[in-house]
Amino acid sequence: MTRLGLMVLPVAFFAVFFAYPVAAIVGRGLKVDGAWQLGRIGEVLAQSDIRHVLWFTTWQALASTALTLLIALPGAYVFARFDFPGRQVLRAVVTVPFVLPTVVVGTAFLALVGRGGLLDDLWGVRLDTTVWAILLAHVFFNYAVVVRTVGGLWAQLDPRQEEAARMLGASRLRAWRKVTLPALAPAVAAAALMVFLFTFTSFGVVQILGGPTFSTLEVEIYRQTSEVFDLSTAAVLTIVQFVAVGAILAVHAWTVRRRETALRLVDPSATARRPRGVGQGALLAGVLVSVLLLLVLPLAVLVQRSLDSPDFGYYRALTHDDGGTFLVPPIAAIGNSLEYAVAATAIAVVVGGLAAAALTRRDAGRLVRGFDALLMLPLGVSAVTVGFGFLISLDKPPLDLRSSWILVPLAQALVGVPFVVRTMLPVLRAVDGRLREAAAVLGASPWRVWREVDLPLVRRALLIAAGFAFAVSLGEFGATVFIARPDNPTLPVAVARLLSRPGDLNYGQAMALSTILMVVCAVALLVLERLRTDRTGEF
Amino acid sequence: MNTKKYCAVLVGLGLVTLSACGSGSDGSSGSDSKTVTLVSHDSWAVSKSVLKDFEKQSGYTVKVLKDGDAGQAVNKAILTKDNPQGDVFFGVDNTLLSRALDNGLFQSYDAKGSATVKPAYRVDETKHRVTPIDTGDICVNYDKAYFSKHKLTPPTSFADLVKPEYKNLLVTENAATSSPGLGFLLGSAAQFGDGGTSRSSEAENGGGWQAYWKKLKANGVKVVDGWEQAYDQEFSGSAGGKKAGGDRPLVVSYASSPPAEVIYGDPKPTTAPTGVSYGTCFRQTEYAGLLSNAENTKGGKAFIDFLLTRKFQEDMPLNMFVYPVIEGATVPAEFTKYGPQAKDPETMAPAKIAADRDQWVKSWTSLVLK
Repeated sequence: MTRLGLMVLPVAFFAVFFAYPVAAIVGRGLKVDGAWQLGRIGEVLAQSDIRHVLWFTTWQALASTALTLLIALPGAYVFARFDFPGRQVLRAVVTVPFVLPTVVVGTAFLALVGRGGLLDDLWGVRLDTTVWAILLAHVFFNYAVVVRTVGGLWAQLDPRQEEAARMLGASRLRAWRKVTLPALAPAVAAAALMVFLFTFTSFGVVQILGGPTFSTLEVEIYRQTSEVFDLSTAAVLTIVQFVAVGAILAVHAWTVRRRETALRLVDPSATARRPRGVGQGALLAGVLVSVLLLLVLPLAVLVQRSLDSPDFGYYRALTHDDGGTFLVPPIAAIGNSLEYAVAATAIAVVVGGLAAAALTRRDAGRLVRGFDALLMLPLGVSAVTVGFGFLISLDKPPLDLRSSWILVPLAQALVGVPFVVRTMLPVLRAVDGRLREAAAVLGASPWRVWREVDLPLVRRALLIAAGFAFAVSLGEFGATVFIARPDNPTLPVAVARLLSRPGDLNYGQAMALSTILMVVCAVALLVLERLRTDRTGEF
Repeated sequence: MNTKKYCAVLVGLGLVTLSACGSGSDGSSGSDSKTVTLVSHDSWAVSKSVLKDFEKQSGYTVKVLKDGDAGQAVNKAILTKDNPQGDVFFGVDNTLLSRALDNGLFQSYDAKGSATVKPAYRVDETKHRVTPIDTGDICVNYDKAYFSKHKLTPPTSFADLVKPEYKNLLVTENAATSSPGLGFLLGSAAQFGDGGTSRSSEAENGGGWQAYWKKLKANGVKVVDGWEQAYDQEFSGSAGGKKAGGDRPLVVSYASSPPAEVIYGDPKPTTAPTGVSYGTCFRQTEYAGLLSNAENTKGGKAFIDFLLTRKFQEDMPLNMFVYPVIEGATVPAEFTKYGPQAKDPETMAPAKIAADRDQWVKSWTSLVLK
């Protein structure tokens, strides 16, 4: 009963701000005179260019996932098991890309591999409009997902188990294969599925780096809705993506549950040690070099471009109202972004916290487990679908929010909630119910039990969840760009608009704003690193 | 027990947050009759003083909602037409006009001053659902320095572009995603006819725009997604392209691009570094209309009247790099000197565009991009 009570608000939130708008836009495309035109699904899927899009979407996601695992798994090991100076800072740095808006990442990669980019200047190599630029950008984005998901668990695996196997005569490989790998496999699978999900639904990266030839499902939905205005094709594609994402999430939920099976976990600080020997030194060096080349270099190019004018000219230009692009000086976007992100964080923490509380018990029924997967859906549904859905569905009393500023934080909270749930859930599940019972037996009121038992245990996780929701909201682009008001742009929206205007000054300002956004995200993440003691969260 | 409390507290908190947010909104747009809300695309721009004068004279406050690029803005306006976000929409062009009209986006209003509009730009003259506001020509631009260095005459027509001496020189935009890209495709269709429909005679003898584009592709045309990329990255003649190392001396842009190179030049050049191939032009006209279900129709009408005043018409060129549509409006000297309007541009009736656009873009995509 109480669990259902807890779920009232999250369910209402998702029904009103996700399911209803998405259903409205899909209905607009597929309903003629009140009747569903389901025959359209077959028609659309029979088109060769649509099948081409589906095929490209799938194979680039598979390739991106494989490449990410290949490059990031050694990183996960190094971050988990090695102790080296600057580890904490570097862990925050590799997470920065994950929360950066895709438009910024796309631009950074263009500056690196595009015309007049670093590689072009040095060796005349250009990768833009090739699939390689897309794949590398996907690795850049998702490196942190693997390092955090797999590395987090790896750090807590008791190394003595493997040592015991060695002692009993197993070879190093055999010990690793029989002891570590089985323990790690569900985490690797979960990470791979998340990377697959994020790259399957990739939008900004493909749009900016892919040129006119490459198109993922998500880009195609955008084109069909926003440019071709073929709402029925867009609706069919939305449904296809919905089904695919639902399947990915179901498998993900299954692997997550398997990961929660009893493992002997230890304090991560006890497992990390300084690298020993040539082999380990080389591994560490290799990981550091790959991080430098793939993650730090694109970010550094952004910063360098933003400073490519004497006396911080591009930064100073941000404070002037240019009269054309915005109705406010671009610098005002920082204030807007922070305000929106705070509101979005508050909403995400309340909704996500309640949902996590409802999902806490392991013996939760099928219904509740389904809800768990449902909460992740906004991560995989086209932002343009949500954005257009908001426009056409939230426009009548009592929910006439279309011209209200709250629309932006609501859309951002939709992507923030899954992170809150995934961070809070493991911690809440770890709270021993007997502690609460003991407190109650000793005469504490329920409120006091919550304050004295639960709160101290989950406070840290709550802060981390809030921090992640904040960073993700700050970087949210796809839906925000549809609903942000022109006189109240957020940082990513301002960057995109500056980029779409010709001239050095606009480009330089875009780089300067991106750098500011990057620094804000990095600071938020560094604070989180300091807070994080246990690594049980999934992100 | 305890979870119940949890729940109550958190739900309470959530409701407080949500309701606080609700009351924080600043009300719906244009609800008072003293505000006129204009919905437009990102390129909308006007001198502050000119807009202030209108506000002072009419007593209305103007609110502007820039809603994405031209296509997006029209599509969003159509999706929200039952409960529009504003009173007036500006920026639907002849390539999208039928989509707007067929979807009932506008209500009739015969603007004061519609008689001063040059006859060539007038449309929908029986119902007056839209008012022409500005016009421009989508044409191939060339890099003067490249052609004088290589002692080559710049191309002057569509047919020239497929000649071997211009191999690998042209960059254009994706017709599916860019309005100059679509304009260039429509221009070629107006010139060569539609060879794709099975009934047409061109199809039988292999003519039409499809055959032209096949030759253009064989001649090394490069296609990029948007105008910014084509003009500021790939084109060798623009200030941005020079800096980016662009190596294509021919680009699909506007007749008003050379004046822009002069006006925004730093330092200001004595002559335009680029020229226009006038035989490759397609005429684009932008319209404004009073939105159906607008809240402030009176204010909206006054604003459309304002768009046709000489003051606004003469203010447009330097703000949006377009030409006026009314008789007797003067344009800046740079425009007449470096980028006059095409004398005989390709044109196409909006109804024809509406009938064939989507199919053409589709076959163009598979012909040129795949």
